[in-house]
Amino acid sequence: MAGAVTEKNPTGANSASASLSNGPGAAAVLAAGIGAFMVGLFAVLADKSAAIKSLMVFSKPTGPLSGVTTTAIVVWLTAWAVLHVRWRSKTVALGTINVAALLLLALGLLLTFPPLEQFPN
Amino acid sequence: MEITTRSLWTLIHGMGFGALYLLACSGALVELYRRYAPAAGDVISACDESFLRIYLVVMAALAWLTVLTGAYIIYPWYRAVPPAGTTNLTAFPQRLLMANPSTVAWHSLGMEWKEHVAWLAPISMTMAAGVMMQYGRDLKKHPQLRAVVLSFMWISLLAAGVAGFFGAMLNKNAPVEGGPTIRLMHGE
Repeated sequence: MAGAVTEKNPTGANSASASLSNGPGAAAVLAAGIGAFMVGLFAVLADKSAAIKSLMVFSKPTGPLSGVTTTAIVVWLTAWAVLHVRWRSKTVALGTINVAALLLLALGLLLTFPPLEQFPN
Repeated sequence: MEITTRSLWTLIHGMGFGALYLLACSGALVELYRRYAPAAGDVISACDESFLRIYLVVMAALAWLTVLTGAYIIYPWYRAVPPAGTTNLTAFPQRLLMANPSTVAWHSLGMEWKEHVAWLAPISMTMAAGVMMQYGRDLKKHPQLRAVVLSFMWISLLAAGVAGFFGAMLNKNAPVEGGPTIRLMHGE
């Protein structure tokens, strides 16, 4: 997604300014897409592999769900922090980033659906 | 009138946090769609801006409370494994559903979907709250950003709706019950 960064905000505006660039917003949106996708991806991985399923048991009473969601949240928040630092004063190609984020969100949604999650079992 | 502790937690999770989140979603969607459209004529006051910021932060908190109480308080009771030889599965909802071909799909489809899809709601709403905290009324100047935030909020509503629907149906078919009983009222 590095190519989506088109220009640096010349004002270096802070968050309260009217000329705030779209970079921080794009970072939040793309990271949320990544987070949603990770929920679906880890759910599928835990379903397909007994080893991963076992690794994902962070809390025994809750089972693999605890690891699936905690890992996805860690990836999401890390992605948000990294993207925010990289894009906080930049103007980025939001259209491209929006499409990527919505695709990731849609994939995340689909991967959580059991008939797809368990395919081809 | 009595209620068990587990039943009370289920109520707090579903009717308290979850249902309140679903109700709040429509308000946030309308506000963000109507007031923050680039063509919207009226000026957004500092008070209105603060209101939506607080509203979205509270919604994100509600979404997190819903999934966390669900995953770490209620779900362990739901998936508890009965001791060998147990014939009455009332206290073991997952096993009760799986023991009957007419109810097994409530678990294999309903709970399996609900337990994962619900997490898209707090992720989406935290993003929406974060964007609103950063941009406030300036979001009017970023129509693409506003549009994608609205899309995520719609998906969060869908995810919460799926989780809420299956939660209600699961609790109807195999209620999470047990624990100490709380007496709410004495009968006449």
